[in-house]
Amino acid sequence: MITDASPAAQPELEPLSETSEEQLLEIAMGPQHPSTHGVFRMNVVLDGEHVVRLKPVFGYLHRNHEKIAESETYLGSMPYTDRLDYMCPITNNWAYALAVEKLAGIQVPERAEYLRVIVGELTRLQNHACLIGFLMQDMGSSGTPLMYAFREREKILDLFESLTGARMMCNYMRFGGCRVDLPAGWLDQAKIVVADFPRFLDEYEQLLLSNEILMDRTQEVGVLSRELAVSAGISGPMARASGVDYDIRKVDHYSIYDRFTFRVPLGSHGDVYDRFMVRLLEMRESVSILEQAMRDIPAGPIVDPKMKIRGFRPKPGEAYGRIEAPKGELGFYLISDGSPNPYRYRVRPPSLINLTVLEDLCLGQNVADIVAILGSIDIVLGEVDR
Amino acid sequence: MNLETIKSELEAAVPGCRLELVANPSPSGQHSLRIDAAHAVAVAVCLRDAPGLRFDLCSNVTGIDWPGKQTTEKVKLRKLVDGTQQEVEELRTTTTPGSLEVVYHLFSIEKKHGPIVLRMSTQDRDANAHLPSLTPVWRSAELQEREIFDLFGVVFDGHPDLRRLLMWDEFVDHPMRRDYVGPDDYEYEPTAHDEVLRRANQHLSEAAAKLPSEAVGNQQSETDGNRLSEGGGR
Amino acid sequence: MDEKLKNELSRQGIFTTSLQELYNWGRTSSLWPLNFGLACCAIEMIATTMARYDMARFGAEVFRPSPRQADLMIVAGTVTKKMAPQVVRLYNQMPEPKYVISMGACAISGGPFKQGYNVLKGIDRYIPVDIYIPGCPPRPEALLDAFMELQKRIDRQQLTGADRPRHLNADEPSEFPVPRFGAHDLEPANNPNVWKAPLVQISQTGTSQTVLPQAGTDESRNN
Repeated sequence: MITDASPAAQPELEPLSETSEEQLLEIAMGPQHPSTHGVFRMNVVLDGEHVVRLKPVFGYLHRNHEKIAESETYLGSMPYTDRLDYMCPITNNWAYALAVEKLAGIQVPERAEYLRVIVGELTRLQNHACLIGFLMQDMGSSGTPLMYAFREREKILDLFESLTGARMMCNYMRFGGCRVDLPAGWLDQAKIVVADFPRFLDEYEQLLLSNEILMDRTQEVGVLSRELAVSAGISGPMARASGVDYDIRKVDHYSIYDRFTFRVPLGSHGDVYDRFMVRLLEMRESVSILEQAMRDIPAGPIVDPKMKIRGFRPKPGEAYGRIEAPKGELGFYLISDGSPNPYRYRVRPPSLINLTVLEDLCLGQNVADIVAILGSIDIVLGEVDR
Repeated sequence: MNLETIKSELEAAVPGCRLELVANPSPSGQHSLRIDAAHAVAVAVCLRDAPGLRFDLCSNVTGIDWPGKQTTEKVKLRKLVDGTQQEVEELRTTTTPGSLEVVYHLFSIEKKHGPIVLRMSTQDRDANAHLPSLTPVWRSAELQEREIFDLFGVVFDGHPDLRRLLMWDEFVDHPMRRDYVGPDDYEYEPTAHDEVLRRANQHLSEAAAKLPSEAVGNQQSETDGNRLSEGGGR
Repeated sequence: MDEKLKNELSRQGIFTTSLQELYNWGRTSSLWPLNFGLACCAIEMIATTMARYDMARFGAEVFRPSPRQADLMIVAGTVTKKMAPQVVRLYNQMPEPKYVISMGACAISGGPFKQGYNVLKGIDRYIPVDIYIPGCPPRPEALLDAFMELQKRIDRQQLTGADRPRHLNADEPSEFPVPRFGAHDLEPANNPNVWKAPLVQISQTGTSQTVLPQAGTDESRNN
């Protein structure tokens, strides 16, 4: 019997009858699972293939970062911030440095700001590339797009290694600037990497965007409405894919982002496909910012000369500093009581807050869609659990 | 956005609310508004919905522990002692019960302004550690208030699903409190100092105390892989 | 068999081996790791399997999602107390012969987070570990080096005799008790059959040193 595949010709399906509690299946996805982006667990209750309830369980990577920070000095917590969102260590450092600079009123010199923008946008590039790679991997493409993404990531990690000494945990920011200046030839090498990036983006777009399987699995899946996104505090590319026009680089005017011309891509449907496309377009904008920054970077000091880190005791008070991290709004809230250690150190984790709506997005979807939706939210457990 | 004007607008819109401006001495200039628990939800709704304010993004919810303090001071009193009025010095101890504080950072996506900082305090750190939940107003407070319940012990009345977030359900302590003492885990350091050194000495003396009676038993006992004794000398 | 005779024969096209060599070669050349990354070290582990530092050429061709099909568990990242029972359970579910590589400072001893109330100070408190890789995170080359070290170790294993590996010894356990969640900590806090607490002794001058393992500890964990 040949059936016409067009939507108009689909036979009317009978609505599912009321399934009793005994017929529902409860499964635990995670904490060890190939697609959960780390040790994350979801208790999913299924009616056949459809999700009826989904309760996430957090805390499998709760490493007591906030408690440890209360017994460390302000600078001593900087390496720990690397390990929060471990795909983007440098932007974590930046957010923390920004918060302390607000708390103590420290100025950042010109060259340091340009350096921060350059390494920050490079981090954004490699984060988005890896995210798209992981999303493809989770949807079953057996690792090939991930290999392409990691190829680009390795180029950027080589740049970080020659600059900071470490591939991942760079520990690059200091209060009032950066730790180390560019070695000779670094800028030329970075320009080559950035000039090469659009070719990789074109390759990705060509490979994947006309892919029927991808279209089917991501369009109209996990739709997040604009109102829910605002109410649930969703930030970053996930919010912008739902049409929320809020990019902290443009709103807070922090650092020197006002000097660069770049656009903020917005989605209209709020589904997985939109979240994926917004990140792809953001990568192109990041390349543009990088080209401008590397062209305009001035000479000068890389740390505020008035800043003394020995015996650093900010005056009592508090400050909340936030940046547009690749995952969303990453904020640090610090309370100082005049001692070398912070009285309260709080990380506002974008990944955790973006997960508030996980159940709403997954209700009624198939089990296989949970993986695509979770991948599109872009979580890193180091940040969710701290 | 002037905090004074916001305060007067809120006082007009929510009659009976008690708001207090808390100045922030640091250069960040982020002053906060202390709100009382009884009118918190009404104030929050006004902040979210009033046309001039429209604070629709609750960005950050933080818990802070302010432990109680005991201060003793010498007080001079006139008292009747042995029939005559005499000046006597007495030691008076005042105990402040301490409190748990919850701080909300609000921004506006529509108007692109902020932050506004709200503060709420509990009455004490034990039985009265209750605060109204602002989750019905801003959904983003849901997981963050759960975390504060887990790590600090503040009970949020009106929260749709208040249970532990990060620690396991059988855990009974509230680890982020300042007076929390963690389990003694034998952390190992090649060059121990301070707290780790003190505990290391303690482990050594405990092991030495156990040695005469149990040493022989330990070496010769059957180590059955499926039967465990309490490990580590806790 | 005499090495020179072996080489001579193999040059003539005759291949000689022993059962032990064949058995070890089979296990060493196809160690399939479990798809198990906990934290930041997992990203370096993934980078090791990617095209630049390809781990597949060493035999770790596929990372199995199911512990029933894996030989090697690379514990990459911080093991928290909430996660520890799951790690031990996964280890128990792996069939023998099984190996554990403890990758990164956190899995060895708690790492930078060792002051944490929720951090397990090293996965070797509950399960036996074969190779430790220091680093935070260790470079992909370090993981490859550890992998090769494990392969050499397996090559040296004897099939019979006193130091035969654990899975050929009926007295040795292959499953370890899973800790439970207690009110303040895991119960028990560690497995004394697997781990002995290091005791630190302070000398007269105030410098500290670790006391050598107590008498009665079994040193060899069966390379």
